[in-house]
Amino acid sequence: MRLALVGTSHRLAPVEVRERVALGEREAAAVAHELAAEGGEAVCLSTCNRTELYLAAEDAADAEARASALLSKLASLSESELVPVLYRLRDQAAALHLFRVAAGLDSLVPGEGEILGQVRKAAELGSTGPMLDRLFRQALHAGKKARSETAIGENPASVSSAAAALAQQVFGELEGRKILVIGAGKVSELAARNLVSRGAEIAAVANRSVARAEELAGRFGAKSIPLDQAAAELAGSDVVVSSTSAAGFVLPREAVQRVLPARRGQPLFLIDLAVPRDLDPGIHDLPGCYLYDIDDLEAVVADSVAGRRVEAARAEEIVVEEAERFRAWQASLDVVPAIASLRARAEEIRARELERLEGRLGALSEQDRRAVESLTSQIVNKLLHLPTVRLKEAAAAGADGGVYADVVRDLFGLRDDAGSDRLPR
Amino acid sequence: MAEAFLWSALACYAAAAVAYGISYRSPGIFGRAATWCVRLGWLAQTGLLVVQVTEAAGFPWATWSASLGLFVWLVVTAYLIWGCRPRYRLLGVAVMPLAALLLAVAYAGGGATGGAGRYSSLFLVLHVGLVLVGFAGFTLAAALSALYLWQERRLKRREAKILRVSVPSLVTLDDVAGRTIAVALPALTLGIAAGVVRLALHGGGFDALMGMTLATWAVYGIFLLLRYEAGWRGRKAAYLLLAGFVLVITVRLGLPAAHFS
Repeated sequence: MRLALVGTSHRLAPVEVRERVALGEREAAAVAHELAAEGGEAVCLSTCNRTELYLAAEDAADAEARASALLSKLASLSESELVPVLYRLRDQAAALHLFRVAAGLDSLVPGEGEILGQVRKAAELGSTGPMLDRLFRQALHAGKKARSETAIGENPASVSSAAAALAQQVFGELEGRKILVIGAGKVSELAARNLVSRGAEIAAVANRSVARAEELAGRFGAKSIPLDQAAAELAGSDVVVSSTSAAGFVLPREAVQRVLPARRGQPLFLIDLAVPRDLDPGIHDLPGCYLYDIDDLEAVVADSVAGRRVEAARAEEIVVEEAERFRAWQASLDVVPAIASLRARAEEIRARELERLEGRLGALSEQDRRAVESLTSQIVNKLLHLPTVRLKEAAAAGADGGVYADVVRDLFGLRDDAGSDRLPR
Repeated sequence: MAEAFLWSALACYAAAAVAYGISYRSPGIFGRAATWCVRLGWLAQTGLLVVQVTEAAGFPWATWSASLGLFVWLVVTAYLIWGCRPRYRLLGVAVMPLAALLLAVAYAGGGATGGAGRYSSLFLVLHVGLVLVGFAGFTLAAALSALYLWQERRLKRREAKILRVSVPSLVTLDDVAGRTIAVALPALTLGIAAGVVRLALHGGGFDALMGMTLATWAVYGIFLLLRYEAGWRGRKAAYLLLAGFVLVITVRLGLPAAHFS
């Protein structure tokens, strides 16, 4: 059984092509079943950045041809048009590619976490058998290992997640922390959502248009207030997220300074995502106040992504190790039929010899008879143990396992399906 | 035997201090190695204390140098409670060089052999034990405050690399320091009370160091009062804890001149 991969991703294909072959979960499952129906196993991994078809089949070239034709049909492009943006990989290279994908090493932002769930889902929806089941289980293991043993997925890769990570530097767990959102636009909502996903609560939404404030506040169970009352909410807030289109400062330094005594030393973290800025930069100089604007956050993200790239080198070593383990397992499959035949043959001889001696063994007690059965089984197992181990080792070490298997078949006169074709009498 | 334990502890603490210093620049294996050095050093020092107990005729830590050794052990014990957690590892940058230095000072003063039983009494044991527990708590709180000020400075400077080093949050550092003082101050109070009772029973005069200890008690008492009554937190509170720690160190290193003579 061979492993084949045909796919395209953001590395080769422009968005115009990717969007043509992007599939929803149901469509991806249908594609996998269609490919598997023609023989073998198939999984379709489709995200916004890639569409990849993994196939396990006896004939890898035929599997690739079928996958290419299907992608061509999906994209409504001729195969010659699609070829320049397709990659085709086989066996260990295909496995290594999937392991890199699962570890987030092939993602736009190294180590992004979403891909691991997408790989899991693709495997669940695919038509898997022994080969792809093993491949995807090991890919998920490699992805988790890369994230747990390196810091590739630890630091934020977006402005909103950087803001949340910085808030955690101030407060630790954000459970129960109160957020004041100033401006009801998409930008502040996204940042606030990131904080909410970490346990914080939106206490109030302040906006020039009260109707829009009410709409956003309603979604989070918060209260809505007019923009000019935002300062009054500061005493009970821990985090302020601001993004309005106001020309001047929405929150001057003096307004914040006035509420500090009421806060009794509790820190205040302020995120200013607006350009021009909403929050007076002088706020940052007040004791216990930490104000980060869009440039500060982008600098943190840039450093974080650079850090992820450094960690990516360590993660690469992990996925290469895992790919090598998969190769060893796949290679061992070449000798499994020969081993099975050899064992079946030995068992057949043992059973036949015992049957031949039935006349003489009949006089034995049941206990003695079981002892003879056990003794002969042990002799067979011990004789076959070393050849079995050696065959597997030879296959795993990269030696030609097929040659070893053929030699065994020839020496013992074996056929893989029936165990033997000429039993000695 | 005592010498072997002491040298092992000293070597491990020094190695931990160096490894923590490196782990600040490159987190990972050095941080873990440093924590293991602290654990091994703590075990060696525990062995030293056991030897001192078995060899001394009476209370083994009645001398200045031996009590300094016990103080270091208490500080490291308190650190290990937090230091084993990855986010608190950087606390070792402040704690372990101090532990190694004070243990070396204790050794130079003959701290490996333990003390004579001259002052053996229940009140002395309580006095020394409780005062040292209190001081160990103040030392840990000072290290937490130093880490707080460092982390706060990074946030104020808006360092782009701020997320690279794993440090407890400002609120956590502030809370843990406050809670440490809330435990350490009662221990010091009881230790002072035991000392006063012993003084009344065995006689003796009021010395400068007792005055310094009372001043230390007052500083930490004011800290707790301000914290719970006036909401003193953050940078000001951290500076106050560091000021209190200056007194702690003065008391610890000033003992041979005034208290044990």
